[in-house]
Amino acid sequence: MTESALTPIKPPFWNNPRTRAIAFQVIALIVTVAVGLYIFDNTQHNLRRLGIASGFGFLSSPSGFDILQSLIPYSATSSYGRVFWVALLNTLLVSALGIVLATLIGFVIGIARLSKNWLISRLALLYIEIFRNIPLLLQIFFWYFAVLRAMPAPRQSLNLGDAAFLNIRGLYLPAPQFQPGFSWVLAALGVAIALAWGLARWARRRQMATGQQFPTLSASLALLAGLPVLTYWLVGSPLAWEYPELQGFNFRGGWVVVPEMASLLLALSIYTAAFIAEIVRAGIQAVSHGQTEASLSLGLDPGQTLRLIILPQALRVIIPPLTNQYLNLTKNSSLAAAIGYPDLVSSFAGTVLNQTGQAIECIAITMAVYLTISLLISLLMNWYNRRVALVER
Amino acid sequence: MADPHVPHPDLPPPASAIGALGWLRRNLFSSPFNVALTVLALYLLLTLIPPLLRWALLDATWSGDNREACAANRGACWIFIRVHLDQFLYGFYPEAQRWRINTVVLLLLLGAAPLFIRTVPAKLKPRLGLGLLLVYPIIAIVLLKGGVFGLVAVDTSSWGGLLLTLVIAGVGMTAALPLGVLLALGRRSDMPAIQTLCVTFIEFWRGVPLITVLFMSSVMLPLFLPAGMNFDKLLRALIGVSLFQAAYMAEVVRGGLQAIPKGQFEAAAALGLGYWKSMLLIVLPQALKLVIPGIVNTFIALFKDTSLVLIIGLFDLMNIVHNATTNPEWLGFSTEGYVFAAAVYWLFCFGISRYSQNLEKRLHTGHKH
Repeated sequence: MTESALTPIKPPFWNNPRTRAIAFQVIALIVTVAVGLYIFDNTQHNLRRLGIASGFGFLSSPSGFDILQSLIPYSATSSYGRVFWVALLNTLLVSALGIVLATLIGFVIGIARLSKNWLISRLALLYIEIFRNIPLLLQIFFWYFAVLRAMPAPRQSLNLGDAAFLNIRGLYLPAPQFQPGFSWVLAALGVAIALAWGLARWARRRQMATGQQFPTLSASLALLAGLPVLTYWLVGSPLAWEYPELQGFNFRGGWVVVPEMASLLLALSIYTAAFIAEIVRAGIQAVSHGQTEASLSLGLDPGQTLRLIILPQALRVIIPPLTNQYLNLTKNSSLAAAIGYPDLVSSFAGTVLNQTGQAIECIAITMAVYLTISLLISLLMNWYNRRVALVER
Repeated sequence: MADPHVPHPDLPPPASAIGALGWLRRNLFSSPFNVALTVLALYLLLTLIPPLLRWALLDATWSGDNREACAANRGACWIFIRVHLDQFLYGFYPEAQRWRINTVVLLLLLGAAPLFIRTVPAKLKPRLGLGLLLVYPIIAIVLLKGGVFGLVAVDTSSWGGLLLTLVIAGVGMTAALPLGVLLALGRRSDMPAIQTLCVTFIEFWRGVPLITVLFMSSVMLPLFLPAGMNFDKLLRALIGVSLFQAAYMAEVVRGGLQAIPKGQFEAAAALGLGYWKSMLLIVLPQALKLVIPGIVNTFIALFKDTSLVLIIGLFDLMNIVHNATTNPEWLGFSTEGYVFAAAVYWLFCFGISRYSQNLEKRLHTGHKH
């Protein structure tokens, strides 16, 4: 046998997987950089042609427009930078309220979907199938244009027990007025929370050591409710309510929920709740029935079984998709732009952009905010997820 | 010897445990709590359903052709829908040219129908599907846009209504799936540069709301392109929607790819298949089948998201209905308009999800557990 037959035939270099991989990557990078440079060059050219100065200097010039709803002091003389904070807070407000409401409705509907009661589970199914198959924007428009804009004028407001009034301008609620002594009540609440936390720790340690149980839940609830109420009564009821009153053509005083906010909140929570309900149902069904049987045969009652056995395991399945829904809700809150609720997209990427023409800066800031929120919520939820994740042997 | 013991015949089960009565007892009245729930649900239904029925059917106005006809009745004014129906379906497409839209829809139905009929030989189906994917869009564009073969040119700005919604959804779905598959393969690739590019692309699009993407396509794209070069508004929306949904699709497909055991990749390599062959013939068919529910969910989300093009001023079904409700001659019928639009969207989304459940069952070849 000759020497040459033994040495393997070397494939040509263009068939070598390593060379190919490097070539592909170099080409991909070159194309990306080239496209990026092309866009950058065009943008520079276009900006010069249109006479737009780039940069963030515009943020400190006065805005000159009013905003429908603001959580911090704001007027038309405030700067564009101030508009950004007002808009961001409005986005965060509607998202946070939406998340709480959607979670509540979603869990109720999801558990109802699993009810042994045929009627209840069918009703829950109906809710889910109706609301998740209709575009969110349509639902927002329905609540805004067909329901809330069809409310009566302030003089013919719907009177809800003389305290709250509903009309075309919004929902007027009584506003709490804190008197000087109210800080004592808040302090009492703080003390109660600390005590309840200490109590829970002590009860757990005692149960670990001796096996004796302590009614932690009812004791903590009594602490949390009792201590502030007692203080409130002792310092002489330092809380007054300011009721909205009809003056001329509109109501004055109290809190007002503008129709834009109400319809956005309603649509967001009802729509997202349909998805959360399905997630909750799937999560609970993922816990095998053997777990329930084992728990009951150990002598736990059905309530304890749900609380100690099923829910902790179901939550493990529920949390990751639930996080996704929270993110979706936050991103969907940008649909506010369609009905004029002053959120980030509507006020900042809309009004400010149109007034200043700083398209790139406004859109970049807006996108950066949403990316940051997405990242933060996923980090937070990943941390929680790691805590509840299954610890395998 | 005594007679062998003969047992009495079985007694029938008690009347309360079988039939309608037994069903009621088991499902509605099994415990005091359940009884309370049933009563609550019945009360809810009784307060909601009669007024709804009265509004939508009994007190509704069905005949007539102006709003005065509705004044007599307190229920829904369905004339509003009837008068505007052509607009809702075809948008502002010239009336004399609407046969072209009908032809496009008819062609799609005729071309796609054999794919869903089981008696059509399985050999023909891939060819038909490929034809539908490659030839049909060209025919559809020529027919809808016109300007050639003696057809009157119809600008995309006069496309609207359900037509526009279906065009955006159709283009979005056909573009998002292959793009998503490519992105998912890129994300799972061994090449760090490709992987980073894909991850950045996917995470960026998934982190921002679609509405900012549409904003970007309408205010920033003109800045990115050389002066004088401009895109059609519809095309810009199509690109935005497709890229956005492709990122979501990529994550769905990645889930499927991760679920395929490593042995499959290794077996394909051992058989001497290259990267593309092993992906197309071995891995992707299994991976895509696994994630049908996810793919369909993305499609449904895309269909619902088409309504957002209203933000950049396109007259899709949602916007054209909204536009009709603000028509001064027909003020006050927004509920009817939105209920109609909701029903159309609902039918499409529910239909897609039902079909996917059916498809999943049909393609299921493994063991059920």
